[in-house]
Amino acid sequence: MSTAECAALRCTGLVKRYGPVLAVDGLDLDVRAGECFGLLGPNGAGKTTTIEILEGLLEPDAGTVEVLGHRWADGARRLRERLGIQLQETRLEEKLTVEETVRLFRAFYREGRSVDEVVRFVELQAKRRSRVGRLSGGQRQRLAVACALVGRPDLLFLDEPTTGLDPQSRRQLWALLEVFRRDGGTILLTTHYMDEAEALCDRVAIVDRGRVIALGSPAELIASLGAAHVIEFALAEPGVPPSDDRLRALPGVSDVRRENGAVQLASDVPHLAVPALLAAIAGDGARLALLTTHSATLEDVFVALAGRHLRDT
Amino acid sequence: MAASTSPLVQLTLVRIREYTREPEALFWVFVFPVLMTLALGIAFRSQQAAPVHVGIEAVTGSDALAAMLAGAPGLDVRQVPGDRIDAALRDGEIEVVVRPGTPPVYRYDPSRPESRLARLAVDDALQRAAGRVDRWAPAEEAVVTPGSRYIDWLVPGLVGLNVMATSLWGIGFSIVQARTRKLLKRLTATPMRQRDFLLAQITGRLLFLLPEVAVLVGFAWIAFDVRIRGSLWLFGAVTLLGTLSFAGLGLLMASRARTVEAMSGLLNVIMLPMWLLSGVFFSTANFPAAVQPLLQAIPLTALNDALRAVTLEGAGPAAIAGEAGILAIWGIATFAGALRLFRWQ
Repeated sequence: MSTAECAALRCTGLVKRYGPVLAVDGLDLDVRAGECFGLLGPNGAGKTTTIEILEGLLEPDAGTVEVLGHRWADGARRLRERLGIQLQETRLEEKLTVEETVRLFRAFYREGRSVDEVVRFVELQAKRRSRVGRLSGGQRQRLAVACALVGRPDLLFLDEPTTGLDPQSRRQLWALLEVFRRDGGTILLTTHYMDEAEALCDRVAIVDRGRVIALGSPAELIASLGAAHVIEFALAEPGVPPSDDRLRALPGVSDVRRENGAVQLASDVPHLAVPALLAAIAGDGARLALLTTHSATLEDVFVALAGRHLRDT
Repeated sequence: MAASTSPLVQLTLVRIREYTREPEALFWVFVFPVLMTLALGIAFRSQQAAPVHVGIEAVTGSDALAAMLAGAPGLDVRQVPGDRIDAALRDGEIEVVVRPGTPPVYRYDPSRPESRLARLAVDDALQRAAGRVDRWAPAEEAVVTPGSRYIDWLVPGLVGLNVMATSLWGIGFSIVQARTRKLLKRLTATPMRQRDFLLAQITGRLLFLLPEVAVLVGFAWIAFDVRIRGSLWLFGAVTLLGTLSFAGLGLLMASRARTVEAMSGLLNVIMLPMWLLSGVFFSTANFPAAVQPLLQAIPLTALNDALRAVTLEGAGPAAIAGEAGILAIWGIATFAGALRLFRWQ
């Protein structure tokens, strides 16, 4: 393994068109060895297209890709020996057992882990003789990760690894990825779950319409909102919310955004901002239809930058 | 326990497991051809003894006519009301209808061989009953020796049909399924050699060839005493070559199809003409001379002709070199086409 500052993956100016649709629009990335890097964005943002270009499964229309210091054109097979890949929605052969599936994938790599070791790592020992068709969603996803890890990869690609899983299965998978990280592995993953990106990733690129619109650690990105909390409210008809200027003048309010009739206030001190807001509304003679507060998340970063929610699309 | 680390071995094992763990596939491959042989064998075994079915239009004079035909050998005579005649002829219940009169009228479909035969038989019987004297009574030799019956001719054609069907369906479906479930794409994301994957499809097929053909040939031998006159090795070699040829065609057909439905359609489009044109159930000699070269170039025709030559005439390798060449050309051309066109994603 190289030092932590060395690039595990680098791409510049990636462009990919599907007919008239621009799926990836001049995307640059730089993933350091040993980090967990997340591509976070709504469905259709171009995350899967991007990761499949990086995996050498799709040709970009423009741009350069360097994986572990090599280009795909310089010998894909040698490069593949060092990569572990989990694709979105692959359904492995259902009539094979867990053990048979892992053994098949092991056979493709010159060097790697033993089947036993990988099956134990993903905690499927009890299921090793079960057919893939009888596994739960979480077990199938762990098997997919086992197939990606069996070649002892330096770099692991995961495309929406926990989509559709129950909370317990998600946490179990996250724990596995933490162990892979601790052993020095690099991870690039895509997700549209902000909590997943916050839990796993050292750095996140927020992707929208094929471009990176923000880049940094989850903490940095959240800090860029200017406040640690979000207060959201809406008024019952026919109330009209106070103007942005009035809201911004309330004690403890640092920013104001509006979205679909609801208003969001950024604040570091909600215990001051909320009473002031309530007093202002009561003074207008209006009634609240909604009032919530939460700690700012990557979702709020996305809303602030893209003007809509991650899950809207 | 199957711990080989060769990708080709592992991929072939996948094919075998996929297959043996699918009871339906085993039915179509092993049981269905045997049932078909059994049904056809029984249907055609009694053909020589089958009587000619004659109808007499039920009008005045029909009883007298029936009496004239009553003693004639090989005729099954019944009276049919006038409004039933066309339906009975169409459905094959009767092959010719006699309308009483002087002379009688024969109503039949001259495009049906069995109707022409019935017309001759009933005319012969009526003329004789009316007083015609035959110039001689010929001696007859019935052909019932194994090797010359319809079932002897049929079985090699069924072997050919089975080789074609299992190769095309077996390979076509497993590949298209792997493509729709994105398994092909997942495999190309590993260092797997694509060649290994395609070869494993073929080796998997070859491993099943022996039991498949052995069951069918063995059943025909036990149930109907169908024997292979030529070398068993040569028979095996021809089926092997046929399998390789159709495996190539199967790969080519599966190289682009994205859905199982598209694959079924494609396979039906190429298999149905071969069912009809390649001499499985009736000889290709029934088709006009002008299209014969075309028929001979179809891989199933070549396979069937070669299998029949070995089975019925005891032909040696030299005698079937032409058919073998046609099969080899199909195999090589389709495999090369599949390699070029194959879509992994």
